[in-house]
Amino acid sequence: MLTNEEVRSKVLDIIADIALDDDVTTIKDDIALRDQLELDSMDFLDIVMELKKRHKIEVPQEDYSHLASMQSCVDYLAPKFNA
Amino acid sequence: MKSDRERIVITGIGLTSPMGNNLKEFRDGLLNNGTGITHMEIRHMGVVAAGICTFDEYKYQPKKMRKRGTRAGAISIFCANEALLDSKIHFDSVDKNRVGVYLGITEHGNVETENEIHDLYNTHNLDASFWSHHHNPRTVANNAAGEVTLNLSITGPHYTIGAACAAGNLGIIQGVQQLLLNEVDLALAGGISESTQTFGIFAAFKAQGALGHHDDPALATRPLDSNRNGIVVSEGGAVYVLERLSDAKKRNAHIYAEIIGYHSNSDASDFVLPNTQRQIECMKMAIKKAGIEEKEIDIVSMHATGTQQGDIQECIAVKEIFGEFKNVHINATKGFIGHAMGAAGALELAGNIPSFVDGYIHPCKKIENLDPQCNIPGLVNGEKISHDVKIILNNSFGMLGINSTLIIKKYQ
Repeated sequence: MLTNEEVRSKVLDIIADIALDDDVTTIKDDIALRDQLELDSMDFLDIVMELKKRHKIEVPQEDYSHLASMQSCVDYLAPKFNA
Repeated sequence: MKSDRERIVITGIGLTSPMGNNLKEFRDGLLNNGTGITHMEIRHMGVVAAGICTFDEYKYQPKKMRKRGTRAGAISIFCANEALLDSKIHFDSVDKNRVGVYLGITEHGNVETENEIHDLYNTHNLDASFWSHHHNPRTVANNAAGEVTLNLSITGPHYTIGAACAAGNLGIIQGVQQLLLNEVDLALAGGISESTQTFGIFAAFKAQGALGHHDDPALATRPLDSNRNGIVVSEGGAVYVLERLSDAKKRNAHIYAEIIGYHSNSDASDFVLPNTQRQIECMKMAIKKAGIEEKEIDIVSMHATGTQQGDIQECIAVKEIFGEFKNVHINATKGFIGHAMGAAGALELAGNIPSFVDGYIHPCKKIENLDPQCNIPGLVNGEKISHDVKIILNNSFGMLGINSTLIIKKYQ
């Protein structure tokens, strides 16, 4: 059973490998990732792919909006990590 | 008499080669018996001789964009930025709608496709849902030129010219033509190759009996030598800033050379074997277009890849045209850096351009046992020679029977 903090850490690892030129240590959880980092639609597809590769978690297209902020990521992904 | 608007000149050069990441380093290697060939390990093949570039991929692009893009794009971005800096043009004030990017490529997409297939079989158990969404933008044929436009915010035309190993010359020719057509005011033109990143090209040359090899990598490719055993695959790039002479004069640019003639034709005879007669016709037509005579040419830079038949056929062609003229000197570059494929023509031209200023003709990498069939008059072998160079003819030929010749002249 992963805590929300552990889920956040795993998501952060993925984002750090995608937003390579950004400082991801200062991400504010309740603000949209796009407003804090240089992320575009291809980066979000990368996040989806890395969740699948690293954690076997599928994010269907209709759920992409759940990846908007770190908080929404954790809320959406925690049950999937712990399924 | 052409007007200055009808004359195209080179005002900037950016390059990366297995023997240096700028023109000075590259030229030093050519004049001083350098080598850019090393042994490297490649998937499914083991150790092979290859020419690898060591430029800084992040000098002109952020890490994320490099990861998203391709090695071909990284080479192109590096060379294009270096060329613009070298030209000393104030690029911020240039109308980006009037800038074109024309890059010759031998092939493109094999690197990315091989990597994806490798992962699909070895990591993803043939589950195609793991196939990267980056695959298409990375493998489209315009990728290398397109990445340059993204990097430099260029909004004029961009595309690549697929022309096998004649592509370096053809990229430059395309730039010249687009300037003459008044489609653009500034062209970033040349050739690039990332071929060393794919095992397939090595495996195919090996299957063809044409992959150069030797315990000493510096001897793995020996064009014109009796003991030559094939091609060494290399990567690299050379991008030129091309402008009309009228524009170059207006901004008081340093002018490396004027492009005075070119020609391209097709063998229509074989998938891989070259055709001496078509090569002769290509060179002669370029000379005619340049409005010069054969005897005026100071350097003929041969394509000379180090294959048995290819070298002989080109030597026959060169000897027939230039054999009787004492002023004409012959050199070749691939013994130093291997065959940089789509970059070859553009890089080899660059390596000779400093001769207009330094007064040397760089030699072929020392040929120890010259093939009697390659013993052509004027061959510069192993040691540079002093010569007042005014005109250079640059040959590049490729598979499917594509020939290209470019002629440049010292600007005075």
